[in-house]
Amino acid sequence: MTDSVMPKWADVALVPFINLALALFVSGIVVALIGKDPFEALYILVNGSVGSAYGWGYTLFYTTNFIFTGLGVAVAFHARLFNIGGEGQAALGGLGVALVLLYVPWPHWTIAMLAASVGAAFFGAAWAAIPAYLQATRGSHIVITTIMFNFIASALMVYLLSRVLLVPGAGGSPETARFAEAVHLPSAYEIAPWLGFSRSTPLNVSFFLAIAACIFVWLLIWRTRLGYEIRAFGHSEPAALYAGISPTRITMVSMLLSGGLIGLMAVNAVMGEAERLVIDPVQGAGFVGIAVALMGRSHPVGVFLAALLFGALYQGGGELTFEVNGMTREIILVIQALVILFTGALDNMVRSPIENLFATTRRRPASPEPTTPLEPGGHPERGKAEP
Amino acid sequence: MDFLGIIQILDSALRLATPLLFACLAGLFSERAGIFDIGLEGKILASAFLSAAFAFYTGNVWLGLLAGIVASLMLSAIHGLASITFRGNQLISGVAINFLASGITVVVGEAWFGLGGRTPSLMGGARFAEITLPFADAIRGMPVIGPIYSDLLSGHSILVYFGLLCVPLTWWVLYRTRFGLRLRAVGENPAAVDTAGVSVVGLRYAAVMICGVLCGFAGAYLATALSAGFVKEMSAGRGFIALAALIFAKWRPWYALGATFLFGLLDAFGNRYQSLDLFGVDIPTQFMQALPYILTVVILAGFVGRAIPPRAGGKPYVKER
Repeated sequence: MTDSVMPKWADVALVPFINLALALFVSGIVVALIGKDPFEALYILVNGSVGSAYGWGYTLFYTTNFIFTGLGVAVAFHARLFNIGGEGQAALGGLGVALVLLYVPWPHWTIAMLAASVGAAFFGAAWAAIPAYLQATRGSHIVITTIMFNFIASALMVYLLSRVLLVPGAGGSPETARFAEAVHLPSAYEIAPWLGFSRSTPLNVSFFLAIAACIFVWLLIWRTRLGYEIRAFGHSEPAALYAGISPTRITMVSMLLSGGLIGLMAVNAVMGEAERLVIDPVQGAGFVGIAVALMGRSHPVGVFLAALLFGALYQGGGELTFEVNGMTREIILVIQALVILFTGALDNMVRSPIENLFATTRRRPASPEPTTPLEPGGHPERGKAEP
Repeated sequence: MDFLGIIQILDSALRLATPLLFACLAGLFSERAGIFDIGLEGKILASAFLSAAFAFYTGNVWLGLLAGIVASLMLSAIHGLASITFRGNQLISGVAINFLASGITVVVGEAWFGLGGRTPSLMGGARFAEITLPFADAIRGMPVIGPIYSDLLSGHSILVYFGLLCVPLTWWVLYRTRFGLRLRAVGENPAAVDTAGVSVVGLRYAAVMICGVLCGFAGAYLATALSAGFVKEMSAGRGFIALAALIFAKWRPWYALGATFLFGLLDAFGNRYQSLDLFGVDIPTQFMQALPYILTVVILAGFVGRAIPPRAGGKPYVKER
């Protein structure tokens, strides 16, 4: 992608924007086909998510989740590994948080948050470790094994919550006891009441942890030796091998980092919001991470912005259900699917015409002969552009 | 567990294995042609919804089946477009298709029926009836053979028998026809097929479309035979279990029958017993539910017989550079 004929701004901004516009356009057609007004739906979406402090409280809460899962998927992407197991890793992260907070009497939320983060990251990474190990040493396809581990995690969590961690008298719903009052994370309402957040806002200090995670990933990928090795491995495994980079080590390390980052989501969702471990604390956020990482081009800044977009979509989608009769929040899944489709799978469909456009406008003054051979796996059309 | 109990479990396993079998054979065609398909789940779901919706509107289950196949084919076309024509990432395309199906079935379902994503219950001709095989009543009284024939083999919907028929059919197509040979070759070495003057793109589209048709059967069976109508997320991971079965079967048709029946059996056990007492050890039902996935990971890890996928699987074919 780096040797593209497109200027950088087109790659990082124009193409994702067109992808998003296409996804919204097609979703708009779907909305119109079922007899609703797409512009009204869009207005409710935007207004419900960012039109009020109440909306922002939820939007940024979802954003926090998606930053963690998006960063996790992005780190794996850099090593050209597709971690589709975010659901399971985040659920296990929730287990880590719950165990840390239930069995240790923490004096203050700051220490508890630190410990819970370690627990979440450790459990999330542990759940990614087995697929990573099997990929690295046995060549088992990581996509398949991580999917399988999602289902195994889901069964494991149901088992643990309904048989092991269940509190007596929880009213039948499988959940753990409520965490102690001392480990309550300050919510946005408690930190900054002057911003107008409602008392029930789920947004909490984990948001800052998510921003810290963005900075950490940026430093790691572009400013450390390990990050260089991950990227080198992702670009070309034989070259990395030749340079003395161990594929086993990079596969393990990047998947552990990926799982750990995704596990951290539980600090926000389990410790920050629910304050107990319930069935399925992840709510699809692990999958949203895929869309976020794709759309954010695996860059922390992109991931942050894409997470914000999806946070707004998830909050606004909830509002749609209340406001429009016969409309459900699942329209968000459609938008999410289309974003993944256009940014991930149909990327060439959007990219090639734009590339050709740039190639023709740029070559018009003088027609320089291509001096470098095309890279393998490149677009065959690229070399054929008219001089 | 007595003999009749075993028959009942096997009978239930056969019903539950049928959608897995269709989906597994669907995946087999696609992956043998070198197109990974993790969107089986989404295609099953889309087909289940549209078949139930059309069966409800028309009162004719066959029209429902046709609509289900069309729904599945449309998603197949997207997958083909993304992974064959535009050479995109097949795994990402599959993920997108799964989300598209789980979103759009509920959105459209709510708009059409207003039942929170369900379709109304199907009755009479809008469902596949159970077929009684000839002489089933006559030989019911016979020991051993009677229950096996009358209770286990007889009394299923026609799709169950068609599913079983698809196994030898798939085997025959793949191993005894020119098309099958080319299809398998395109999944192993597309360049060789191309050199021989056969269209890689055409073959792969054909495989993806066959996959769509079979997923259509799986979804229609789910909504109009196994249950009476569509409910939100009713595929419930069956597409992924089918994928697991496909790996378990090492991409071979007869083994696919075995693997899907085994996973159907696990499902049937899980439905019947909340927990299973095996040799004094209490095995929770969740373990039974997770067992197909655990087995698949073990197989993939190569500890028990190595599963080697088609060599060109997942790689877009670039004709020339």
